[in-house]
Amino acid sequence: MIEIDSVTKSYGPQVVVDDVSLTLPDAGVTSIIGPNGAGKSTLLSVVSRILGADAGAVSVEGLDVFRSPSKEVAKRLSILRQDTHMTARITVRELVEFGRFPHSHGRLTPACHAAVAEALDYCDLGDLTERPIHELSGGQRQRACVAMVLAQDTRYVLLDEPLNNLDMVHATGLMRLLRGLADHQGKSVVMVLHDVNYASAYSDRIIAMRDGAVVQDGPPESVITEHALEDVYGMTFRVHAVDGDRIAAYYR
Amino acid sequence: MIALVLTVTSLFVGVAEIDLGSLLTDPAAREVFLISRFPRTAAVILAGSAMAIAGLIMQHLTRNRFVAPTTAGTIDAAGLGLLTATILFAGASVMSKILLAMVFALAGTALFLVLIQRIQFKDVIFVPLVGLVLGGVLRAISEFFAYRANLTQTLEVWMNGDFSGVIQGRYETLWFAGGVALLAYLFANRLTAAGMGRDFATNIGVNYRLALAGGLTIAALVTAVVIVTVGAIPFLGLIVPNVVTMMMGDNLRRALPTTALAGAAMVLACDILGRWLIFPYEIAVGTIVGVLGSAIFLVILMRKGNRYAHA
Repeated sequence: MIEIDSVTKSYGPQVVVDDVSLTLPDAGVTSIIGPNGAGKSTLLSVVSRILGADAGAVSVEGLDVFRSPSKEVAKRLSILRQDTHMTARITVRELVEFGRFPHSHGRLTPACHAAVAEALDYCDLGDLTERPIHELSGGQRQRACVAMVLAQDTRYVLLDEPLNNLDMVHATGLMRLLRGLADHQGKSVVMVLHDVNYASAYSDRIIAMRDGAVVQDGPPESVITEHALEDVYGMTFRVHAVDGDRIAAYYR
Repeated sequence: MIALVLTVTSLFVGVAEIDLGSLLTDPAAREVFLISRFPRTAAVILAGSAMAIAGLIMQHLTRNRFVAPTTAGTIDAAGLGLLTATILFAGASVMSKILLAMVFALAGTALFLVLIQRIQFKDVIFVPLVGLVLGGVLRAISEFFAYRANLTQTLEVWMNGDFSGVIQGRYETLWFAGGVALLAYLFANRLTAAGMGRDFATNIGVNYRLALAGGLTIAALVTAVVIVTVGAIPFLGLIVPNVVTMMMGDNLRRALPTTALAGAAMVLACDILGRWLIFPYEIAVGTIVGVLGSAIFLVILMRKGNRYAHA
């Protein structure tokens, strides 16, 4: 369980996350949606201790993320953001091996090698292991990053806009992979998404934010509704049932 | 591998050049060897590898392949520190000179980092240009005070590395630089992670600020020791890491040993060249490295310009 208790974060006079309290589950796929500037990414950064909070507390399985040793937190929670220096000339295997750092401090044990091999295999990176990451395509790169957090073997996997710059082929592939992490590896996947329909089709729970506050929180059936989405985004939506998914149309 | 073979060859050539074979049996020659030749070779290897490592750390942590002690103001800041120590505390011990030079080098590098974080225009080439400008300003300040204190020639000597003055008892501080550079290897994984970005480092439990500060301290300390002991070796920290990472990638644990060997090899080669070109006189190694280095630098710039543009 990740407990978010009255977290507030401001940039200057601008309050970006305003007194948010949430409990994130220890399994399943949770998506955070909302318009630009709603505070989604900032909340995720605070939860993963990349940003400090101005007020409030965050704990992962009872461990205060700001006060506990960073390495202990890193064994329970991993975060994938977009800023990773992907032009660095390190190989896919080296990247994935960094996931073992909290466990091994850089000296890989046989268990580490096994975890790395399994993660590479699970993310279908077998042929790419010795390729430098800057030569990969966007989709391959995201898979390599997912493999890294998989090797890190944390219960909670947080992702900030993982579908950025991916075409629908790779976006769907990645969403399936992440759904699989929740279903087969027992992980809790929490991600910020812009595409409400991916959120709708793949999530167990959707949290919608607006102006730094949580305005909707529930299963897709309750959040992906015309009324709720219009409240979150301030624009008109039509929601259709397509093959059992709730799909929002908002193009006109 | 190539670097390793080159180093062994250079080492052998360096030593062979020195003792001239037949003189080995002569006790006087042996004394010369122990007091002058061996220290010189050791100093060259230590200074070369340490400066190359300093460059590797800096380019990786700043994520810019053109950032090195030469292009980030570090060398000029260290020179200013050494000058300050010399003027203000005449007769200061070597250790205190190193300390002050290091404090200045660290402050200069930190100033550079603040500057490049403030500017909006983070072009790959623009960033080291800012460093060069900063270095120029620091150098000008140094020259002003050196002129007033009648130390301009001394400053020239500091800024242009030269191993001809190295004899037993006058280079041992370089072992310290070597040791500090070795420390970088122990923290190689953390430094690599920090170079991947703050979020990346934090995610795997690496303290980003600590790794950044630690890495730059190592670079500043190494630069300070080398300048105080033998003088600056320009471009070395720029060329060697670039050539090595081009072949071996940016994982420091893998690239560090080769960088150290290649740095040593390059300075050895330049030092031998400097001694041989106008034999029996010498050309300062700083000059040779500077000439060769800037030429190699230009070649890298032109050939790999497009690729680096993304870095």
